[in-house]
Amino acid sequence: MKFLEYLAKIDRRIIYLILAIFIIIPLIKPLNLPIGSSHPVKSLFDFIEKQPEGAVIVLSMDYDASVYPECHPMSRAIARHAFLKNLRLIGLTLNPAGTGLALEVMTEIPKEYNKKYGKDYVFLGFRPDITATILGFGEDIRKIFPYDYFGNKTDTLPIFKDVKNYDQIALVVSISGSALPVSWIYLARGRYGQDIAAGVTAVMAADYYPYLRTGQFVGLLGGMKGAAEYEKLIERRELATSGIDAVSISHILIILFVIIGNIGYIVLLKRRK
Amino acid sequence: MNISLNPWIWIAAILTIAIFSFLYKDNPLYKFAEHLLVGVTVGYYINIYWHNAAYPYIIKPLFLEKQFLTLIPFMFAILYFSILIPKYSYFIRYPIGFLLGALNGMAISPEFKEAILVQVKDTILPPFSFSLEFFNSLIIFIGTLCVLIYFFFSLEHKGVLKGFSRIGIIFLMIGFGASFGYTVMARISLLIGRIIFLLKDWLGIIR
Repeated sequence: MKFLEYLAKIDRRIIYLILAIFIIIPLIKPLNLPIGSSHPVKSLFDFIEKQPEGAVIVLSMDYDASVYPECHPMSRAIARHAFLKNLRLIGLTLNPAGTGLALEVMTEIPKEYNKKYGKDYVFLGFRPDITATILGFGEDIRKIFPYDYFGNKTDTLPIFKDVKNYDQIALVVSISGSALPVSWIYLARGRYGQDIAAGVTAVMAADYYPYLRTGQFVGLLGGMKGAAEYEKLIERRELATSGIDAVSISHILIILFVIIGNIGYIVLLKRRK
Repeated sequence: MNISLNPWIWIAAILTIAIFSFLYKDNPLYKFAEHLLVGVTVGYYINIYWHNAAYPYIIKPLFLEKQFLTLIPFMFAILYFSILIPKYSYFIRYPIGFLLGALNGMAISPEFKEAILVQVKDTILPPFSFSLEFFNSLIIFIGTLCVLIYFFFSLEHKGVLKGFSRIGIIFLMIGFGASFGYTVMARISLLIGRIIFLLKDWLGIIR
């Protein structure tokens, strides 16, 4: 009984310490726990997989550094998949604080596949006003983005010779830690019938499942787990894969904390009565 | 162990530890890191908005390319700053009114279709069959109905209504549980991201 009382009054810093230890150990000594591939992740992978060479994918990296470990691996994995399949990629961000991260994806990944800027991929950067930007993509991308991130006139870039609007775009993938993927559904899908997929933080994932079931999203990556599954599908281990063991172990620990906490609470409650 | 010699990695690592020090207790190091973050973020945003909005969409077309039609949205944008002059602060209503009207006009119809019609359509049951799809649809149908009844406050929850609203609570609790589980994963993932940075990029303990 005294032990339960001790647990009920345990200093939160001890819990933080235990959690930190349980996260660090699997990072130093990976357990290589199996990573499956859930239906929402596989759907997005398959959709990109079946695109013909040269098809255009828009990657909207609408997140900032606060959700980096969850969202950034998704962007990198999807960009890689697009280049592996020889698809063309248009990158942009609707989050001003995400410009630097999006730029990193759009400069590092194409180099690995010897892709040519302006022909195989383009980075449009950030543009304010979400509604006008998403709707503008349906009319003429060159009008809504007269210049790319580097100050080049979009009119002069070869990729835009045959890509004008959503009619030439196979898929829009919105990676975000906010409600932006829903804006893509409402405005791009609702108005122009554009296929949309999303990569979201785990906090948001549960809210997006209804859109997946209705087919409004062709696929969904939820949190670090979704990113790790995608990394596995494209056979490229990165940040998400290295963190997934720690996620699993820490979840087991938190489940134990919840069980112990509840047992302690019930026992102490009965004792007080 | 292969400790980084990059000074930026060191700055990032020290600031990460400064923020984590709050877990022990509030302290000046944490306060410094927090204030630095706010200052840097403001500077970063100003820079991004200048280079990605003000310069390419106002300065360049208006002053370098002499596209004088840009003056119209530019003047509208300037009216936002009328709030700083109390005598003329009412001018701010014009750009706000224009923006609200235009955005609502553009967004209401597709939002109504995608957020309500398509979602409601998904609650309609398919023809009966002994399939998982029918079973899933049945759960969604019952769940939607019972949760809507739980939030129906015009009648007292008695008898049949009480039974349905109780089932509605169960569905809500399952939903909250799923959200909580995902939230735990999200927060842990962010922590793992930072620990990987410290162990890999800074200390070089892991590859």
